[in-house]
Amino acid sequence: MSLTKLTTSALAIAALSASAAAARDNVQVAGSSTVLPYASIVAEAFGENTDFPTPVIESGGSSAGLKRFCEGVGENTIDVANASRAIREKEIKACAENGVTDIMEVRIGYDGIVFASQISGPAFEAFEPADIFNAIGAKVLKDGAIVENDYSSWAEFNSDLPDAEIAMFIPGTKHGTREVFEDKVLLKGCEDTGAMQAMLDGGMSEDDAEDACLDVRQDGRSVDIDGDYTETLARIDANTNGIGVFGLAFYENNQDKLKVATMGGVAPSTETIASGDYPVSRPLFFYVKKAHIGVIPGLKEFAQFFISDELAGPSGPLANYGLVSDPQLSDTQKSVNEEATMGSGS
Amino acid sequence: MYDASLSSGAAPKPRGKSLLVQDARTRKRNAAEKRFRAYGMTAILIGLFFLVVLAVSIIRSGVPAFTQTVVDVEFTLTEEQYTAAEGELFKTKAYEGLLIEQIRDTLEARGLEVAFDAGAIERLLGKPGGTLREHYRANEQDLGSPVSFKLAAASRVDGYLTGRVTREALQDSRFMQASDLDLIDALVSADIITRAFNWNFITGADSGVDNPGGAGIGASVIGSFFMMLVVLALSLPIGVAASIYLEEFAPQNRFTDLIEVNISNLAAVPSIVFGILGLAVFIQFMHLPQSAPLVGGLVLTLMTLPTIIISTRASLKSVPPSIRDAALGVGASKMQAVFHHVLPLAMPGILTGTIIGLAQALGETAPLLLIGMVGFVARGYPDGVLAGFTEPNSAMPAQIYTWAARADASFYEKAWGGIIILLIFLLTMNIIAIILRRRFERRW
Repeated sequence: MSLTKLTTSALAIAALSASAAAARDNVQVAGSSTVLPYASIVAEAFGENTDFPTPVIESGGSSAGLKRFCEGVGENTIDVANASRAIREKEIKACAENGVTDIMEVRIGYDGIVFASQISGPAFEAFEPADIFNAIGAKVLKDGAIVENDYSSWAEFNSDLPDAEIAMFIPGTKHGTREVFEDKVLLKGCEDTGAMQAMLDGGMSEDDAEDACLDVRQDGRSVDIDGDYTETLARIDANTNGIGVFGLAFYENNQDKLKVATMGGVAPSTETIASGDYPVSRPLFFYVKKAHIGVIPGLKEFAQFFISDELAGPSGPLANYGLVSDPQLSDTQKSVNEEATMGSGS
Repeated sequence: MYDASLSSGAAPKPRGKSLLVQDARTRKRNAAEKRFRAYGMTAILIGLFFLVVLAVSIIRSGVPAFTQTVVDVEFTLTEEQYTAAEGELFKTKAYEGLLIEQIRDTLEARGLEVAFDAGAIERLLGKPGGTLREHYRANEQDLGSPVSFKLAAASRVDGYLTGRVTREALQDSRFMQASDLDLIDALVSADIITRAFNWNFITGADSGVDNPGGAGIGASVIGSFFMMLVVLALSLPIGVAASIYLEEFAPQNRFTDLIEVNISNLAAVPSIVFGILGLAVFIQFMHLPQSAPLVGGLVLTLMTLPTIIISTRASLKSVPPSIRDAALGVGASKMQAVFHHVLPLAMPGILTGTIIGLAQALGETAPLLLIGMVGFVARGYPDGVLAGFTEPNSAMPAQIYTWAARADASFYEKAWGGIIILLIFLLTMNIIAIILRRRFERRW
């Protein structure tokens, strides 16, 4: 029976290839979906411009990426983790427990977080962190007391804003963007509205008050988006009153569908983010396992290529796509050349 | 008595009148039947309506992916320029710079009536550097003489010609400015910008997010193909052997009952669970490579096995016992009876089940998420059969999923185009299944 022959030979090939799969020759990356577009641009260029194979970039969120990064050293673990926030102490510890000790931190540039709504929707033009906090905080300050948030329209707490239903689509907790959103918008808003002070006065410890500030209302007016920005965009498309949290680059690619609001009186752009005027921006990173340099071909070259002036500089393709390039890029280049690891004084 | 009752005048009421007149009950029954037919028709019509809506929306969104806007240019690269460009770190960018300069000079020489600058040309061109470098590295004899290229234009140029980007909705940005549209119009009337069939979409590999013109699904078709090879090579023999044993040889006891129940349960397990299993067993424990079609195939094999076992057992059961009895009666051993008589007769059913199982596996994304086949995987074609199994590659549904998540609207088109290609594969497989069944089916 020729079918049997065919299947046996296919089986043999499969078994053979399994044993031949000893050495990995491509860089394996996973992590932040915010960094993914930039990493894919670099990976494509890296494949076209060098003799190394094109690296594989997976998505999944900063936390998921760093978790996989910290699983251990070896060819069946990833070499690079992309993150839209800095690595946490807890994660460094988890890494160390699995033998991942020498980690190189590479900052590639900055990204702005923008608040955008449907282009034909209500006129959401200017937000303050306080507005966002009042809209979606779990507990807010109302008439001098901390109460459960029952606002249903933006005009109820700020008459300058349109009288539209509150519907916000914010990044889910597995996204690094969430951390920046919490730090620079919710916490700031909590302080600005006086809710923080009221909680402290009410006898809460500082940590508890901060946690309470970051609590988001669970009655459906604030929706966590665990997917990509395209999911947020689809939600905004379907909801005239919806306000979404996007990366600057994503917004710039979809200007025909979205209009952006200023934050703290500053309109987001690469210039305002680079100058630090726009308040909601964060650095983007990738982390490299030093133990893999020299084992995985092209790993160090990939890291160097990523942050070279030609790519990550102000006139490179990353900036063209929406990355705000890092003024201190040359320091980062130097530390990558020296393979400086975290905690080694650089 | 009989007579009496007859003559008593209490004659039974004339029950039926004419057969041509329906009584109330018949009418009721007929009405019920009519209603049922109407329900059935409505159900089918609703189904058809959604099918048409789906097909129309897929085709309407996906067809633009099969054509693309190309810029027809003639380009001369000198030996010195080539060496200089190869000496740079970002070589493809250097090629692009040279190309833009030449296009500007040619356009100026032709005396176009619209104003333009190098920036505008750069915005119109996609990312031609890779194509150029590849060409000159392979054909060094072309250095110094003019070569004609058809280069994919930027996604917004494409959008402008297909109606996705309109003059009214355009916001000036570094991707495109209103003045660029005049230049596009001028180049279109000069036949420099044209529409062409997008072969690269069918044969190429994935590209970076800023280069939608270079993205193709070809490499992931190959990835899917190698995965299906693994699935076929493993699940067909294992599945058929398991079901023959269970159906023909195994004793009926608690243990085999337990196995049967578990196989049925396994068929209902969400596919992501197999992905988690694959990550833990094949990658972390057995140290097989990440993102490899081999691992994808192994995971999908686990998913397909129950489907194949169930359909194989059903088709073995449908072979009449008289065939077995006759074989055993003329002195065949049990195994001869099964392999010479039962199995050939059950073959069409087994093949149909296998092909449907494969088609299901072909469209699966969830288990691939965890073994690294979803994301930016753009290595292109594997070199050789062995590498096809182990080199990182994507699969068709994974590629579609990746494109759908990208910011540039032209990738969204590509995702729909990918769906069309995936559907073509699925339809072909289902048609093969139908043909096999029709050809080899036996009726008793």
